[in-house]
Amino acid sequence: MKILTVCGSGLGTSFMVEMNIKQLLNEMGVDGVEVDHSDLGSATPGSADVFFLARDIAEGGASLGDVVVLENIIDLEELRTKLTAVLQDKNLL
Amino acid sequence: MNKALNILINVLSEPSVLVALIALVGLLAQRKNLSDILKGTTKTFVGFLVISAGAGVLQQALAPFGDMFKAAFHVSGIVPNNEAIVALAVSKYGSSTALIMFFGMIVNLLIARFTRFKYIFLTGHITLYMSCMIAIILSVSGFTSVSLILFGALTVGIFMSLSPAVVQPFVRKLTGNDNVALGHSGAVGFAIGGLVGMAVKGKKDIVSTEEINFPKGLGFLRDSTVSIALTMAVFYIIVAIFAGPAYVESHLSNGKNYILFALLQAGMFSAGVFIILSGVRLVLAEIVPAFKGISTKIVPNSKPALDVPIVYTYAPNAVLIGFFSSFVGGIVSMLILVLSGGIVILPGVVPHFFTGAAAGVFGNTMGGVRGAILGAFVNGVLISFMPILLIPVLGDLGLANATFSDSDFGVVGLFLSGLNQMGGKMITMIGIGLVLLIMILVSLKKPKSSAQ
Repeated sequence: MKILTVCGSGLGTSFMVEMNIKQLLNEMGVDGVEVDHSDLGSATPGSADVFFLARDIAEGGASLGDVVVLENIIDLEELRTKLTAVLQDKNLL
Repeated sequence: MNKALNILINVLSEPSVLVALIALVGLLAQRKNLSDILKGTTKTFVGFLVISAGAGVLQQALAPFGDMFKAAFHVSGIVPNNEAIVALAVSKYGSSTALIMFFGMIVNLLIARFTRFKYIFLTGHITLYMSCMIAIILSVSGFTSVSLILFGALTVGIFMSLSPAVVQPFVRKLTGNDNVALGHSGAVGFAIGGLVGMAVKGKKDIVSTEEINFPKGLGFLRDSTVSIALTMAVFYIIVAIFAGPAYVESHLSNGKNYILFALLQAGMFSAGVFIILSGVRLVLAEIVPAFKGISTKIVPNSKPALDVPIVYTYAPNAVLIGFFSSFVGGIVSMLILVLSGGIVILPGVVPHFFTGAAAGVFGNTMGGVRGAILGAFVNGVLISFMPILLIPVLGDLGLANATFSDSDFGVVGLFLSGLNQMGGKMITMIGIGLVLLIMILVSLKKPKSSAQ
């Protein structure tokens, strides 16, 4: 499975969320999930199975497909809850 | 022996190789497996070459813009865009940039470990751009080899620790806690946005920007490729019209229609930035996680300083108001500059978006709608006038039609060049040392109570 985190310039926020997801995956002991980050313009539907993005660009990224919107991008607990749901959905947890 | 040394110097003065080696060390330190090490090192190496390739594309777009601007208004027009100026500087200052960045991150760790400035600056691209500007300014001031790297690294490290501290009071007020900090090059502009908000809030209850119903659908501005291409197209076309079809078609476009030419160059500018951003992304992918990993191990109780969009979700309306207001500040400043007949700074959509939005958010936190509008406007004026003062201190690069944008570049750049004008290298060294000393003294004064 591939997760893509997305933000406006694809440098700061998306990268931070990517590192947090990797850390959580590590804690949960989940293998085989590829995580990468990108800017909104380069992300295309199909370039990942699930997309994570912040509330403020939710509209711009709505057409990507399977999108998870984060209300608060620095809240690790929110990320953990939403990531867990995704992993359960894909039968990885 | 001499030959071997020569080869070594040759290798190390090649920025792409140097950055790859730094990534290699970071990956080895994290005890990654062989395939990860190979992947990370190669990506970093290629990433730096991608940045240089993007510089070529940008230059192709910027050169005719400068020519048209001069022909049209008889003044020079400069685009403040961090990506552009960094890419143009990489060929000449790449190695010193890479070393200053590497040691600067270590200085940041040390400051966080031993003083009460507990901020770990994790916004890697800002560290890269700041290191690049400092490499240029110190080189122009006469610093070379060891002194260049040492004092450059000290300056970057101090910036990485002080910049988050400047906005932290406002971040605390906005987020309601002290767990996270802001790591960006617009800190001074954000803090001024907050202060302006405090000054204009008036006696009645604050009306927040979030109580306004705003038309959505301007979200495409968040996509930098689109917003850069569109705004640059407006600028290029206006300038082409003023320069006139005769000039453009005979001197620049090889007979191609002047409006079409302007449109193509605007697209080319956006393409150049796009390429450079991909390069920066590749370079940072290995270095930032290594830095984060090390910092969590050796600096207990440190706060991560993160990129500016972390504050956007708290007040999305203030983001849009802040952007527009900052941009208006940029346009007003541009008109003043055109009338005064000197160098003209064009309002760049990227800096006005990212820093104007945050200045608006903090202005709103402290002073509601009025605070958001006026705070961001002041930020817009600030980032239009500061780059002008930076141009003379950038040496040859000052003439490159591009310059650094956000407020902190101006503050750090003027601090360094001011010291150099006062008394050359010696005073510059003393000045940098003094700032560090003050930070240490401040930490001694209040040992535990405020360190949290």
